[in-house]
Amino acid sequence: MKGQVVATNESNPASLGANPGLSSTPGYGSRDLFTETPFVRKKKRTEYLVEAIFFLMTLLMVVPLIFIVCYLFYRAAPALSIDFLFSAPTSGMRGGGIWPALLGTLYLVILSLLVSAPIGVLAAVYLNEYARDNWLTRIINLAVVNLAGVPSIVHALFGVGAFVLFARMGRSILAASLTLAIMTLPVIIAATKEALSAVPMAFREACWNVGASRWQTIRGIVLPNSISGILTGIILQVSRAAGETAPIMFTGAVFYKAISEGDIFAYGLFDQCMALSMHLFTISTQVPNVPEAIPYATAVVLLGTVLLVNMLAIVFRVYLRSRKKW
Amino acid sequence: MSLRHRLDTVTEPIIERIIQLCGISAIVFVFGIFFFVFREGSDLLFRGFDLVEFLTSPQWYPDSVGHKRYGALALIAGTTSVTLLAMAIAVPFGLGAAIFISEFCSPKLRETFKIVIELLAAIPSVVWGFIGLTLMNELIITLFDAPIGLTVLNGGVILALMSVPVIVSIGEDSLKAVPDSYREAAEALGATRWQIIYRVLLPAAKNGLLAAVLLGIARGIGETMAVLMATGHAVKIPHSVLDSVRTLTATIAAELGEAPVHSDHYQVLFLIGVLLFTISFFINLAADLIIKGIGRK
Repeated sequence: MKGQVVATNESNPASLGANPGLSSTPGYGSRDLFTETPFVRKKKRTEYLVEAIFFLMTLLMVVPLIFIVCYLFYRAAPALSIDFLFSAPTSGMRGGGIWPALLGTLYLVILSLLVSAPIGVLAAVYLNEYARDNWLTRIINLAVVNLAGVPSIVHALFGVGAFVLFARMGRSILAASLTLAIMTLPVIIAATKEALSAVPMAFREACWNVGASRWQTIRGIVLPNSISGILTGIILQVSRAAGETAPIMFTGAVFYKAISEGDIFAYGLFDQCMALSMHLFTISTQVPNVPEAIPYATAVVLLGTVLLVNMLAIVFRVYLRSRKKW
Repeated sequence: MSLRHRLDTVTEPIIERIIQLCGISAIVFVFGIFFFVFREGSDLLFRGFDLVEFLTSPQWYPDSVGHKRYGALALIAGTTSVTLLAMAIAVPFGLGAAIFISEFCSPKLRETFKIVIELLAAIPSVVWGFIGLTLMNELIITLFDAPIGLTVLNGGVILALMSVPVIVSIGEDSLKAVPDSYREAAEALGATRWQIIYRVLLPAAKNGLLAAVLLGIARGIGETMAVLMATGHAVKIPHSVLDSVRTLTATIAAELGEAPVHSDHYQVLFLIGVLLFTISFFINLAADLIIKGIGRK
């Protein structure tokens, strides 16, 4: 607290406008006890300044999101249409639509979900309901954290080594979905754990007291009461799996595959497939002379899908919180 | 005993066993990842692969016929330069945003910002890469009059935007973990908000903030598609932010498709994978220990 309140108002031009009634009376002693001293004013000014700086920093993070979405939409507009979604690429990926890629992504997402949702939910049930606080639990938690942190390209290498080569699945939808499933497992585990731990302990105790076993309690009370939180986690898994490129690049996704139009069962389990994310990578880096709007439109479809799915999860969560009974 | 009851006594131990197995699966997967990635590359390692050359030589000529060289130094330099630049941008902004969101925001505004951050984190990396390839590329060419916009700068900015959400959400968590009594005590002494942040909150939350930065770094090192598309494929040690580079991750993504299965080149790429796995493992371990340290207090 340096130079405490010796300065008069005159030495502080910024204060003149702030409090005209008092600024005419010089000196400190003559003042009302509760008026601002220059020191307080200076303090307030730094406060506003600091708040403004931090606000700008936050804003600089928000602005790119909005800008990027708008920019992509603007450039994609000429190519976007319903037909673009539901027709196959033509003339060496330089025209047509993205239907095979869209369908491929759908296959990969659903299949990876079928694997990771049960394992992830049950793993979270174990961690939250059964595990005691011992070294095993600590190691499992650490493994989950690490699984989430493994670079996506290392997941790809793992998929190649374990599924494509070791398990002899070859490059296939199956291998790619399994790779995606393991990669997205931590998303489901984390969300489910949070949902389970939000169920009050008293619910479980009440259930145990009437003679229910642990599993009966989980089945009858804990899971029904946390189902919406679990679903949120599953939705987030879907968004994550739909957007990933690296893990499927070498395990099952291909640049181009012709499928019969209008057939939603066009891909088999051991087929290779196209995928939206892979398609965007391909047409923006590997294929020359693609009309400008097509990669933008693909990016918009991919980004739009992912953001919509995420927003669904957010809306779901807000709705959930609003009707929570405890 | 009803039939249902009897059935339950039979099925329950089985179900509980399955649940336990699923719980342990996470450990199995992490070990599995290391095992299978190492297994594909280990053959070369046991045939006397020159690890010193791998880590210190900048000569990366995997396709050359007579003069094959597997020196990853230029790739390591690529990863380091892009990650460092990204952190130089993302750490101040990320921590600044975390402070604003946890200390200055009204609850409603806070919710809005958190949603925006969540959406920012959800943007797929290939879309970021596409933005680097198109928008950022044009921007850098016009702003710096550079011949090509796919540079360290491009990758760094993209990566910064990608790792900011991680830094903000973990940083905000650790600021929220500082007890309110600290803030009240400082306020009672007449401290300004800035003084509270600088003298009280930052020291009290420094472990959590460090963990946030570490996880941001891990994200940067591990990112693949965005840097593959935005940094422009030049295997060389960069001298300025306007040089093109190639990172470790991008090299695997770019070359794995062309390397014949089980060739030396293929195995070296898996060894790079082992290196990446090890780096991310230790960073995550460190961050986790730091965060757990806060929890115990």
